[in-house]
Amino acid sequence: MSDASLNSDLVRQSAATLATAIARGEVSSEQVTQAHLDRIAEVDGQVNAFLFVDPEASLARAREVDAQISSGIIASPLAGVPIALKDLLATRGVPTTCGSKILEGWIPPYNATIVERLESAGVVSLGKTNMDEFAMGSSTENSGYGPTHNPWDLERIPGGSGGGSAAAIASFEAPLAIGTDTGGSIRQPAAVTGTVGVKPTYGGVSRYGIVALASSLDQAGPCARSVMDTALLHSIIAGHDPRDSTSINAPVPDVIAAAKSGDVRGMRIGVIKQLQGEGFQSGVISQFNAALEILAGLGAEIVEVSCEHFQYALGAYYLILPSEASSNLARFDGMRFGIRVGDDGQHSVEQVMSATREAGFGAEVKRRIMLGTYALSSGYYDAYYGQAQKIRTLITRDFEAAFAQVDVLVSPTAPTTAFKLGAKVNDPLAMYLNDIATIPVNLAGNCAMSLPAGLAPEDGLPVGFQIIAPAMADDRLYKVGSALEAALVDKWGGLLIDEVPSL
Amino acid sequence: MTTTSAFESVIGEFDPIIGLETHIELGTNSKMFCSCSAEFGGDPNTHVCPVCLGLPGSMPVVNRAAVESTIRMGLALNCSIASWCRFARKNYFYPDMPKDYQISQYDEPLCFDGYLDVTVVTDDGPQIFRVEIERVHMEEDTGKLTHAGGAGRIHGATHSLVDYNRAGIPLIEVVTKPITGTGRYAPEVAKAYVAELRDLMRALGVSDVRMEEGSLRCDVNVSLSRDGEPWGTRTETKNVNSLRSVERAVRSEMLRQADQLRSGERIIQETRHFHEETGDTTSGRSKEQAEDYRYFPEPDLVPVAPSAEWIEQLRTTLPEVPSVRRVRLRDSWGISDFEMQSLVNAGALNLIESTINAGVSEQAARKWWTGEFSRIAKERDCELEDLSVTPADILEVEILIASGDLTDKIARTVFEGVLAGDGSVTAVIDARGLKVVSDDGALLAAIEQALAEQPDVAEKIKSGKIQAAGAIVGAVMKLTKGQADAAKVRALLFEQLGVTE
Repeated sequence: MSDASLNSDLVRQSAATLATAIARGEVSSEQVTQAHLDRIAEVDGQVNAFLFVDPEASLARAREVDAQISSGIIASPLAGVPIALKDLLATRGVPTTCGSKILEGWIPPYNATIVERLESAGVVSLGKTNMDEFAMGSSTENSGYGPTHNPWDLERIPGGSGGGSAAAIASFEAPLAIGTDTGGSIRQPAAVTGTVGVKPTYGGVSRYGIVALASSLDQAGPCARSVMDTALLHSIIAGHDPRDSTSINAPVPDVIAAAKSGDVRGMRIGVIKQLQGEGFQSGVISQFNAALEILAGLGAEIVEVSCEHFQYALGAYYLILPSEASSNLARFDGMRFGIRVGDDGQHSVEQVMSATREAGFGAEVKRRIMLGTYALSSGYYDAYYGQAQKIRTLITRDFEAAFAQVDVLVSPTAPTTAFKLGAKVNDPLAMYLNDIATIPVNLAGNCAMSLPAGLAPEDGLPVGFQIIAPAMADDRLYKVGSALEAALVDKWGGLLIDEVPSL
Repeated sequence: MTTTSAFESVIGEFDPIIGLETHIELGTNSKMFCSCSAEFGGDPNTHVCPVCLGLPGSMPVVNRAAVESTIRMGLALNCSIASWCRFARKNYFYPDMPKDYQISQYDEPLCFDGYLDVTVVTDDGPQIFRVEIERVHMEEDTGKLTHAGGAGRIHGATHSLVDYNRAGIPLIEVVTKPITGTGRYAPEVAKAYVAELRDLMRALGVSDVRMEEGSLRCDVNVSLSRDGEPWGTRTETKNVNSLRSVERAVRSEMLRQADQLRSGERIIQETRHFHEETGDTTSGRSKEQAEDYRYFPEPDLVPVAPSAEWIEQLRTTLPEVPSVRRVRLRDSWGISDFEMQSLVNAGALNLIESTINAGVSEQAARKWWTGEFSRIAKERDCELEDLSVTPADILEVEILIASGDLTDKIARTVFEGVLAGDGSVTAVIDARGLKVVSDDGALLAAIEQALAEQPDVAEKIKSGKIQAAGAIVGAVMKLTKGQADAAKVRALLFEQLGVTE
């Protein structure tokens, strides 16, 4: 076996398999890390999943973990496994841009809590992944550093905002990634790249050190190619953090055990009436229905559930998110970090702030800052922000009523498969509709998973299946997800991602 | 005095309505939303972290001690305490604001609907004015800008430096309801209110209120109305930072507004700057196009929901309220209401009490603070508490007086030295040789010399004209440079002459 084929084997392994091999000394973390760095060097020119890679730093860290392991310390079930980090996470000494030109050159002096947890778990960072600027978008086309390409078809979008993380996994550049999900930014990219992504319960994973888009909606979560790998990563990053006051101080649901059980017998699964039909691509619906049949065949009871207020979710979301974002993004004023424009001794502080924001922010960011500023303005607050909060309450009640009847809810993750790059860049509303099925979960603060349901017959592209559970019942996602995944693997003879074209 | 009569004529024509917003830094160890030291000073930008610098991704966590201090303050101000309230973001761009929004409270203050009674000496004796409290809420302080060039203001500055040590220091803001019916006493009521607030904070131990460090800042609202007419437009004089300035700001704004109204002009709703040097205010920015702060609930923080048990437990920790304490001390010292009020107005109450606690007699403590020290403070145009004399100094001096080593008169000289910065009581006495000449031999020699210089006086005394002794005692005091005890000289003189009083 040549070195090249060893490497290509390593990058196609699951994180769980790699971790076991590393723990047993069959392969070193350094070798595994090197294999992924080689893969990045080989294919990222086409994919553009990464904004920053520092091979020497990654390998040095891998050697440290190897040394630990050889001294008998296995820090976690993922020790020695490499990971890609969405560029929204503050990483000490490592550039963090949030996909924005305004933060070009900023090197955070501190680590996000997630980053610290991964470090102490012996997970090795490969670098930072591309994203829509400040996580605003569903295609990564809003990145200040060029779009990411979908490994299934390089002409197509990888989803967004976490398209870089999803594409890195789907192109075997990394076995694991961290994403963040404000309205679907983990789940929709997972859906269109044939991978798995989970938005944990709001407060389940610390937000400390994650550059905020909309604080009341943002939640970081795990991305991987299988449900079990996702569960392993979930269990490392989740848990109470005293530095995040919205973090929940309660035990993390046992997602690993749930992923192992894979049993849905007797479970009641609710299909959300409002999230099917019009606007959903036929192949998306057919693959979704096929998956439902599998679950029914495994012993789950399928019922239809109505969530009447979901029709208002998109409108409420596009008032709450821009409102919070307009405030969260105020600090990018050129005074303390990132770029500064117009500081020539001739311009006032206000002029420099304004010129910096004009030059540093992209069109979508400006659009949302303006929307949010307007929605919060005196005289408009009640009609916009206030009304949106009421809708939010109604949507939360819809979920409560639904979960009184069923254990989990399901829907297609996204209404369509991956569309062509450029297809929706000039139509923000069409772009926003990508998140129609994922947004209600962020508004209510509960949890959801997207996993592959199959390929749409009409275009041969992956379709995502969304499972939604009540707050702090994240384990149910893994129970249902692993059952469905196991059945599909039996049917296909492997994971859907095995079908991805080689680059 | 023209100002007095001008003020009298304002009162004859207008009724003032005042309102005060007071920001006070809490004396917590750490900042409002992070664990950085909240200590004053320090090298610039050394008490900072990602949170108080507002670095991307950082998140605030509420300081429980600050919430506790605010609740105690609210209880002491007879406020209701919210069982559930949220922080809010106040959005505006400024380089001293790390996040370009301030975490404050908006429509859900932690404490609301209270009052504070203050006493002001009126022509009819001490009178109590009830100041109603609208709200007490928590917020974070901003960083501190220093503008180079441009007369210290941002306009015209060549560059500006920012020190974020102050950013995130916990503040409470106490807002009064409009205070009406104070008439000519409006300036005094404003001053007495701020003094009372300061004393209350100190008594509660929630802040030591170092006014000279800017840890208490007042915004003073004033409007005038003619009898029976609706309230006039108000102005807000920002950052008035001493008790005396509060009084002056109210007075000067009343005078200015009255002038304006009399000449038929309208009052513009605006913020105004107070100038310590002149006591005047000048126009700041107009508030007619009110700045829109786009307040909304802070999504990075969970609501503050103090339990009823916690609030009741905090209520048991409240110290004696200053007004109750004054009544107790008045009775214990056996002084009148009027005397007590004068002590309070002079800012002498705490100083006298701590001097008594140090071991000095009540009478002596009151005498020093209301007499000699008040005179010196007035001369220096400063507050009593700013004088560099301690209760321990007074005790030391009183012991020397009791032992006959100092007289009252010499003691005053000693304090002059101490207040001039010449060192401790002992150091001043030693350096200036300030001790009573108690050596009988030296005194007798001086008496002999004085008698020799005024031979007729001795005869007068011997013949029964005892009052003539004054001339000899005076001469002896002169010869000893005032460092003799006059009573002792007198006794020795009579003994010498064989006369009995």
